[in-house]
Amino acid sequence: MSESRIPAAFMTPGTSSFADFLTAQSPDLLPRRDAVPGNLSDIAPHGTTIVAATFPGGVIIAGDRRATQGNLIAERDMRKVFPSDEYSAVGIAGSAGIAIELVKLFQTELEHYEKIEGTTLSIEGKASRLSALVRGNLAMAMQGLVVVPLFVGFDPDAEKGKIYGYDPTGGRFEQTGYTGVGSGSLFAKGSLKKLYRPDLDEAGLVAVLIQALYDAADDDSATGGPDLSRRLFPLVHVITADGGRTLPDAEVAAVAENVIAGRLQRPDGPIAELEAK
Amino acid sequence: MSTPFYVSPEQLMRDRADFARKGIARGRALVSLQYADGIVFASENPSAALHKVSEIYDRIAFAAVGRYNEFENLRIAGVRLADMRGYAYDRRDVTGRGLANAYAQTLGTIFSSGGEKPYEVELFVGEIGDSAEDDQLYRLTYDGQVVDEHGFAAIGGAAESVGGYLKERYTQGATLEDAIRLAVAALGHTDTDDREIAAKDLEVAVLDRNRTQPRKFRRIRPATLVEILSSVTTKPQAEEAKPAAVEPPAEKPAEQAAEKQVADSPLAPPADDGGDPPIAPPLD
Repeated sequence: MSESRIPAAFMTPGTSSFADFLTAQSPDLLPRRDAVPGNLSDIAPHGTTIVAATFPGGVIIAGDRRATQGNLIAERDMRKVFPSDEYSAVGIAGSAGIAIELVKLFQTELEHYEKIEGTTLSIEGKASRLSALVRGNLAMAMQGLVVVPLFVGFDPDAEKGKIYGYDPTGGRFEQTGYTGVGSGSLFAKGSLKKLYRPDLDEAGLVAVLIQALYDAADDDSATGGPDLSRRLFPLVHVITADGGRTLPDAEVAAVAENVIAGRLQRPDGPIAELEAK
Repeated sequence: MSTPFYVSPEQLMRDRADFARKGIARGRALVSLQYADGIVFASENPSAALHKVSEIYDRIAFAAVGRYNEFENLRIAGVRLADMRGYAYDRRDVTGRGLANAYAQTLGTIFSSGGEKPYEVELFVGEIGDSAEDDQLYRLTYDGQVVDEHGFAAIGGAAESVGGYLKERYTQGATLEDAIRLAVAALGHTDTDDREIAAKDLEVAVLDRNRTQPRKFRRIRPATLVEILSSVTTKPQAEEAKPAAVEPPAEKPAEQAAEKQVADSPLAPPADDGGDPPIAPPLD
């Protein structure tokens, strides 16, 4: 037998999952590693706040750009929101390096399935695959290298956007309306609670999400606000029936500048109604 | 104890080659043509579910004839090899040449090993570059030979008469519409007569440099095919059998077809003029 021949495992029909195939063939390429003693949470940068919300006809996910390591700012321009395919995107909070590897694996997983099977996974199916990948990281999570994604996508069957939150064990929870993940999510969700309305249009919802990220940055030192001097603005990814697109910087900058102008008048941001109308 | 018959190695290989060739000749032909913006693959294939042409990676496609189970195995292996490499290294590190080599080694080993029946398949690995000069089209035979094709090639049953038809009419730098019409006319050509193949019985896919997404593979949907094929009166170019012309065939009907076809798909960006987009390309 020639050694240059494609190995038998590649030719064997069976799994359509790239992660499963990788686990069997080259486990060394997986983001996960065997347990090492001690708490490792401070050896690598952490990504922070991601928010997502639905609007009629779609879903939007947005994330700040900061990564921290202990009390230091490790990255100012980090990407934490990634399109996972044309109709879905994933935002990540937690240990940045592992999270990015996880996203790369997830992207390949979806594309691989599509090519092998000739069809896309359902939105629930995609969310479920991500569960499995997060669960695979549990041993590392126990040592402080936690990765918690936020998954959003457009469901062509239901014709609406969907949001899935996760816990470090791979637990998956579909969210209604809006949610957030990461260190500043507490404040972001509080902000969203007052500002979010299900009937907002795309532009309105982008503004609300930027407000929420501003509130997160306002109270959480690990979350970065819009950086006017460096022209670094949150990443915003919009998904509708037409597919997904990451908003150009200029578009987000305009919204962010608007938000900041408002905050110069009222630092705490827009006031919510006292009584529900 | 009986003595086994002596069979000379030449005879053994000839028998195996005959066996593979017969299997391949039973199926329909598949053609591949380079056009101005990429490579088009076309075959007669009444099944909408079992594909002969498929996407392997961003710029690489796979097309095969012969035994379905055998080339399907090769296709899956190709997708796995490509995805594995792209994941371990970078998307740019996945090349058509590497894939063609892997296929060649595999087919060659299977063919010359005594234990396995030779694969009854013939295949194309196509890869597009930034310009037409960088496009690569490899044809692989059942015994692992690799042929670096230029312009056009045909495989499968009746490959010779189909290839002959293409040789007489192929021009470089054709539009997609012209390339598809020529490919379909070639598929319907036999030594005795020319028949028209219905759009629903065709499988046509392209690697299209103009797609804005990194994944350049797309299938041409039957509705679009009907439009392209009907925009020229029956038997396109067949009557004016001029030898491979130097000037590109810029005929008016083709231009009209191109205009009519723009923005046919709701999902793809306008530049992609219709066709099924690969469903889930990472956008970065």
